[in-house]
Amino acid sequence: MSTVIHASNLTKIFGKSIAVDHVSFEVQKGEIFGFLGPNGAGKTTTTRMLTGVIPPDAGTANILGHDIRSEPVLAKQGFGVVPETSNAYTDLTAWQNLMLMGELYGLPRARAEKSSSDLLGMVGILERKDQKVQAYSKGMKQRLILAMALIHEPELLFLDEPTSGLDVQSTQMILALLHDLNKQGTTIFLTTHNMEEANRLCHRVGIIRAGKIVAIDAPEKLKTAIDQVHKIEVSFDRDVPDNSLAGLEGVITVNRTGDKWQITTRNKDATIHSVSAFSQQNGVAIVTLNTLAPSLDEAFLRLTQETQQ
Amino acid sequence: MNPAGFSIQMRRAWAIAKKDIRIYYLKGPVLIFGVFMPLFLFLAFLMGSRQLPLSFLVSGLVGMTLFFTATAVSPAIFPWEGQAKTLERLASCPVTVEAIVFGDMIASTLFGIGITIITVIIGLVLGISLMHGIMLLTAILLAAVCFSAVGMLLAVPPTNVPSNIMMLSSLIKFPLVFISGIFIPLEQMPPWGLALAVCSPLTYFTDIVRYAFTGMHYFPVIIDITALAVFTVIFTVGTMYLHKRTMPQRM
Repeated sequence: MSTVIHASNLTKIFGKSIAVDHVSFEVQKGEIFGFLGPNGAGKTTTTRMLTGVIPPDAGTANILGHDIRSEPVLAKQGFGVVPETSNAYTDLTAWQNLMLMGELYGLPRARAEKSSSDLLGMVGILERKDQKVQAYSKGMKQRLILAMALIHEPELLFLDEPTSGLDVQSTQMILALLHDLNKQGTTIFLTTHNMEEANRLCHRVGIIRAGKIVAIDAPEKLKTAIDQVHKIEVSFDRDVPDNSLAGLEGVITVNRTGDKWQITTRNKDATIHSVSAFSQQNGVAIVTLNTLAPSLDEAFLRLTQETQQ
Repeated sequence: MNPAGFSIQMRRAWAIAKKDIRIYYLKGPVLIFGVFMPLFLFLAFLMGSRQLPLSFLVSGLVGMTLFFTATAVSPAIFPWEGQAKTLERLASCPVTVEAIVFGDMIASTLFGIGITIITVIIGLVLGISLMHGIMLLTAILLAAVCFSAVGMLLAVPPTNVPSNIMMLSSLIKFPLVFISGIFIPLEQMPPWGLALAVCSPLTYFTDIVRYAFTGMHYFPVIIDITALAVFTVIFTVGTMYLHKRTMPQRM
């Protein structure tokens, strides 16, 4: 696995405030990396530094093997950018916008035309390709800038809140597209507020708070890592005595709610094994067995609040 | 091929120029402004000073037309695009700041040349004879690039409010017209006026245009051409350098 993004001590200062404070992380080829954080945490500023739109005040960013400051054109040739606000030229048609992008990425005319047709078809605006973008809805504009970012078939795609404020149809279309692109090998750097989106799509997420990275891990690991004590919910086909579960390995507390038992444990793996062994030894069948991990929302809130305190 | 190479960046600059022409220049009001603004200034001056020959006034009209058209739109492109966030789109594409600036310059150069040729035709229709056509064409090409660079220099302050730039632009452009031998022949200028005139690239262009139409000139033609070329290089290099420094502040 090769490193596609290598950010090292990236720092950006606006006046007296440090917007991004020595942020370091890596994104590997083929990953979908989610970059999460509350408003004003430094997500967009970091993305802008990574994409060469603004220079960092300190630190380096190596994108696709090229330093974004010393070799910006070579780095930019290999990635596409979907910013939060649609920035297609509204006085041009969708087709003219795509042709412009084709020329800016140095594509031969025939290839640019073929890619444009395919992409506009894929995002569902081919039939309106000759209409000026100013007449487009927000969802259509967002789908167009996604097509514009993909015209040169980039290895890496940066997306800043790509589904923010979109209707369900456009959101689902964009998420499905990102999933497919990733399956075809495109590395994706996704900035989002939407925990559900990050949870569904991302292999790893980085959480930034007040300009500093507070956690980087796989969503599931991040969710479980924030709690030292884990919860397991189990139900059996027959009644079992309260104290029989309390003695199992790793169990701290046992509470009965309806026909289910809620167990807290410090060692989730050992407790699940001992519950399984208990059911076999006592001839009771397990009906349901769930691990109750906190949601990514909870993980996010806990991590960002802890840093704030 | 290296996408950062000169020839590839030039091609991308041309793509930006085509985009500019489509979006900013091929608009009715812009074209009308380009033709009528210098024409009205000329008519106002014609009515006020009838003792000057028509060939002198048409030469001034050609000078004004090129200067105003080549600097009319270019100062506002960066603020407009900064406001619409399309500049961020360009900044994230594999295009250097120099190529973006040069693309804007190409568009304003072509616009300036196109409108100025119309003005030359008007002069010919009014009965003025053209004595040095090749020299006029050379001067128009050179001055168009020079004035486009002036236009881009005016856009250097990193504001995304076009009206601020247009105000600054007017404050600089109008005084330049008055010190460049358009309304008052250089021969009739006081020494301090002449000292100011030599600092304006428009002076040299107007001098060549006058030479092309009347055969008379104040400076030797080679000096006019050299001065225009030097101004062009200084302004082009200067605007690219300064935009590279101020561009991130627009984002």
